[in-house]
Amino acid sequence: MSETAEKVKKIVVEHLGVDEAKVTEDASFIDDLGADSLDTVELVMAFEEAFGVEIPDDAAEKITTVKDAIAYIDGQKG
Amino acid sequence: MFAQAAAPRRVVVTGMGIASPLGLGVERVWKRLIEGQSGIAAIQSFDVKDLPAKIAGQVPVGTRAEGGLDLAEWIPVKDQKKMDRFIQLAVVAAVEAVEDSGWMPEDEEGRCATGVMIGSGIGGLTTIYESSQLIAQGKGKRVSPFFIPSALINLASGHVSIRYGFKGPNHAVVTACATGVHALGDAARLIAFGDADVMVAGGAEAAVSEIGMAGFCASRALSTAYNDTPTEASRPWDEGRDGFVMGEGAGVVVLEEYEHAKKRGAKIYAEVIGYGMSGDAHHITAPSDTGDGAFRSMRAALKSAGVTPGEVQYVNAHGTSTPLGDDLELGAVERLWGDDARGLAMSSTKSAIGHLLGAAGAVEGIFSILAIRDGIAPPTLNLEKPSKDSPIDRVAKVAQERKIDVALSNSFGFGGTNASIVFRAAP
Repeated sequence: MSETAEKVKKIVVEHLGVDEAKVTEDASFIDDLGADSLDTVELVMAFEEAFGVEIPDDAAEKITTVKDAIAYIDGQKG
Repeated sequence: MFAQAAAPRRVVVTGMGIASPLGLGVERVWKRLIEGQSGIAAIQSFDVKDLPAKIAGQVPVGTRAEGGLDLAEWIPVKDQKKMDRFIQLAVVAAVEAVEDSGWMPEDEEGRCATGVMIGSGIGGLTTIYESSQLIAQGKGKRVSPFFIPSALINLASGHVSIRYGFKGPNHAVVTACATGVHALGDAARLIAFGDADVMVAGGAEAAVSEIGMAGFCASRALSTAYNDTPTEASRPWDEGRDGFVMGEGAGVVVLEEYEHAKKRGAKIYAEVIGYGMSGDAHHITAPSDTGDGAFRSMRAALKSAGVTPGEVQYVNAHGTSTPLGDDLELGAVERLWGDDARGLAMSSTKSAIGHLLGAAGAVEGIFSILAIRDGIAPPTLNLEKPSKDSPIDRVAKVAQERKIDVALSNSFGFGGTNASIVFRAAP
């Protein structure tokens, strides 16, 4: 697992209070991990803070799974 | 709408919950209270070096089994950060009260007949402070999406309703230090007038924080002379009193229509028989100099209860340990009770837990109910030498066994708002 993936999963576990095993790369924050729309806003803010990146609202809306988050962050870090 | 109103229905108390500086759990807190223990201590949770008042009553940390608060036992981690501490404390007290009542509606009709009315004096003060700090640091974009719902006062009622699916009236009282009594009284009226059959009602406060302490220090309301002897700081009516001691916590009761409670075989603690209110129209923080607001509030409560002062054996005073307020309330009680003042017991349990602001009236209402149930008037700690003589027994330092059928509890708040509630032994 990449460093980004590990960190993303850790943040998801902490913020959504879910079991680590459930946080697979395909897991959807809302459908699989019990998040609501406010939770996802907060999650994106946590990613921004942890990785020092800016995630604009239109990009944030497309981040619905763990995999999406990892891909976006890796893309930003170039 | 009121033209069709039926006769008021009777309202009883069937569940109770407390989070307080004397711990969690109604029976444990009550036991400690009547043993004369104090929940006041030096503040450890933040730096107090710039504050003239350095003590408070804070909810102890610990497991539920030992009477302390470990949030993980009560609220999922994911939800904790969506709640300011006042909401967390409200939920803790509400869970205890609901479990104690045994009321868990199984159908939609029952859920819709069950409401929530939990208030707070100030609400999410610490959350507002922390969020504004982010903006001051140029980090406005870091303000949490949970900031607003975490700070709003009615979200205590909101969270409790969501947790249990209670779909009846969802309401919140905000009347400073009178909040708790107003919440119990207003909720009882909702039941009496048929808006709900069951109400989860109370108050919660968590203003023992840097900003909360700074604010009350600035208004010169807090005790500052007993920082080295915290348990002696809250001393209602004593000549050495110099202000109130901040406390945090929550008190929640389950109020229920009498026939509804009887039908399901619920344990009934007491009946809510009277409720009265008044306004001082005098000053933003000081009580009216004649105690007239307190007098009219109590008189209205006794009138609605249909009892005379002589039928009341115990008063749980507002008695905050402030130089002005304590003796004004005492004078108002003496005036209203007249010759019956001699047989009356009146104590201030703020001497043990401090002033829980918006939670005070709810917690003290519970103490008044337990005073009836057990026939015990809880003590006024630190009452060594009263600043004013009175025929009323203020239960100095040691609890007293007494026959108590009817008890009245007072709460008065900034803005000149006064409320009194009257309980009677279970029918």
